[in-house]
Amino acid sequence: MFDLTILAPAVLNGLMVGAVYALVALGLTLIYGVLHIINFAHGALLMVALYGVYFLYSLGGVDPYLALPVMVPVMFAIGYGLQRGVIGRSLSNKKKSRNNDANVMLVTLGLSIVIENLALYFWHADTRTIDTPYALAVVDIGIAILPVPKLIAFAGAVVVAAILWLLMARTDLGRAIRAVSKESRGAQLMGIDVEHIYAMSFGVGTACLGAAGCLLLPSIYVEPGVGHIFVLVAFTVVVLGGMGSIVGALVGGLIIGVTESLCGLYLGESLGQIGIFIIFIAALMFKPTGIFGQRA
Amino acid sequence: MTHKISQSRRRFLATTAATGAVAASGFGFPHIAKAAAPVKIGVLHPVTGAVSYSGTQSRAGALMAIDDINAAGGIKSLGGAKIEASLADAQSKADVGSAEVEKLNEAGVTAIVGGYASFICLATTQAAAKHDLPYIVDVGVADQIMERGLTNTFRFSPGFGACVQQAITGLGAINQGSGQIAKTAVIVHEDSLFGTGTANLLSKALPNIGITVLEVMKHPTPTLDFNNIALRIKQHNPDLIIPANYYNEYVLLARTLQQQKVSSKGIYSVLGGAASQYKFVKEFPEAAAYVMDCNHWFDPKNQAALDLKKKIEAKGLFYTYEVWLNYEAIMYLADALERAASVDRAKVTEALASSTWSHHFMPYGPTKFVKGQNQGAQAVNLQVQDNDIKVILPSQFANAKPVFPMPARG
Repeated sequence: MFDLTILAPAVLNGLMVGAVYALVALGLTLIYGVLHIINFAHGALLMVALYGVYFLYSLGGVDPYLALPVMVPVMFAIGYGLQRGVIGRSLSNKKKSRNNDANVMLVTLGLSIVIENLALYFWHADTRTIDTPYALAVVDIGIAILPVPKLIAFAGAVVVAAILWLLMARTDLGRAIRAVSKESRGAQLMGIDVEHIYAMSFGVGTACLGAAGCLLLPSIYVEPGVGHIFVLVAFTVVVLGGMGSIVGALVGGLIIGVTESLCGLYLGESLGQIGIFIIFIAALMFKPTGIFGQRA
Repeated sequence: MTHKISQSRRRFLATTAATGAVAASGFGFPHIAKAAAPVKIGVLHPVTGAVSYSGTQSRAGALMAIDDINAAGGIKSLGGAKIEASLADAQSKADVGSAEVEKLNEAGVTAIVGGYASFICLATTQAAAKHDLPYIVDVGVADQIMERGLTNTFRFSPGFGACVQQAITGLGAINQGSGQIAKTAVIVHEDSLFGTGTANLLSKALPNIGITVLEVMKHPTPTLDFNNIALRIKQHNPDLIIPANYYNEYVLLARTLQQQKVSSKGIYSVLGGAASQYKFVKEFPEAAAYVMDCNHWFDPKNQAALDLKKKIEAKGLFYTYEVWLNYEAIMYLADALERAASVDRAKVTEALASSTWSHHFMPYGPTKFVKGQNQGAQAVNLQVQDNDIKVILPSQFANAKPVFPMPARG
């Protein structure tokens, strides 16, 4: 139906959109992998990050990419604080908060509602976008015209995934996170401050959203409900890639991006997301652990 | 001395008279002093959820009209009764909108204004009809809203049937003026009631003015990536690109077309989400330049419309169609209340139906309601020129001439 001149750019575009999904899914998979909670506040926190980048640009003139050193630590602090101050304390017995998934899930859902409504109150429903000098810049590679901000987001997603992987594989913090995720009681007996590690994991997962905000804002808009657009797809990416797997989130994101793009091309944009959810159901039926996931 | 005494006597008499008047009005004649009971009006919009930006703008317009009416002395035939807004949020959902109508009915409102989106208006007008509650649709353009025989439902602004008719007439004239340069078009629309309905009407009408529709492409709201659509448009290489979608998607589509170097002789929207928005022109002047639209607009030669623009902008808001359509919807209701001299719903409905209200600032013909729809309502043709939005047709309201085909973009 479509020749190569349209198919190749569609696949490349799918990869770039997929990298965006992967960026959002990276933090989600880390939080799930360690805390075993489905963080419904992830989309709302992404929205906070996007607003942060927006205000740094509009009020302080800080370029979105240069805002990375500000937004990543700020979002880390927010995530750390939320886990320590709200999610971790949501139940009187801290052990319960680790095990009672339904309650913690409700707490994150409540958090997302509170954050979104606060955003609506303070920043109103107005859609905000930034117009950077490179917003419309493109790279013509012959078979496709690639927008520069999306190329940077693609590269950024790969770099963030690599940094996360190194953090988990090569650092003491990563070892402690992995130990806690596998056996928290044993880790505690070995002297690891489990509550601190939970908060660090939530903080790192939220810091990924700080990076995502910086890499996404040159191409998209921000409004209080923008997180919803990403978070459902990000859940699919996490399930497909394997819950808790960093590499899985990246690969899963790219697969989902290409699937959505090709379905959009052949079935029309209105039906573009059908492919995503077919993959989601198929993954749950035939490989519930995901591509890179391990059995619990 | 005498002078002093005389002055204090006068003061004494004046004070006594004033005190007497206050006492009489406050105690002796309570029916005179008692302020007229306020008229409660439901102001219902989607101020949260997917279309919350438009809902918030709509509410701002409605509240500004209420402030202006109250500042000018309220409803005079009701003893200067002030209008009191009962605010409601449809949360961008039809079912929530219906539930809010029930609450407003319980609260005893005389009428409801709002709804904004067609799918919300369809549900809320029906819910209001159960209580014979007069309902003024502020924006909702779907013609189905007015075609169900609901006697409580009124729309001062045009529906998409009238908008498409004006769009086709205007495009035909613009195209003829350029020597029939446009022969093909691609329609890109959002896939709900508004976009689909508009696209269907356009697909049927465009061949009548010599324009072949090459493809109709639909997309959901929200859509974050228009790359595939841009690629397909590029493959067709149409003379005209016709979008019918909401603000965010319109902006992303316009930017993607620019990125993908999709050229055409013109972008001509019908009720385009961004094409007639100052926000779009201000934030993306390059993408907005020379875009044409057929949309709701105010009469650019009417001073009242320009004064309202200043007031809205002074509040830090953009002067969007939601603002002035809601402003005018409230004013239309206020005129009906004035003539009905009652808050009885049946009398207000009758006054709304027989309205010939002319003190508005819209580029409309004479006001006349048939089955709740203002027959004088019409959209106008607009074009972004010199970083401003100009009316290019109909000529009696125009403040610029069309530039078509549009100059090549860099």
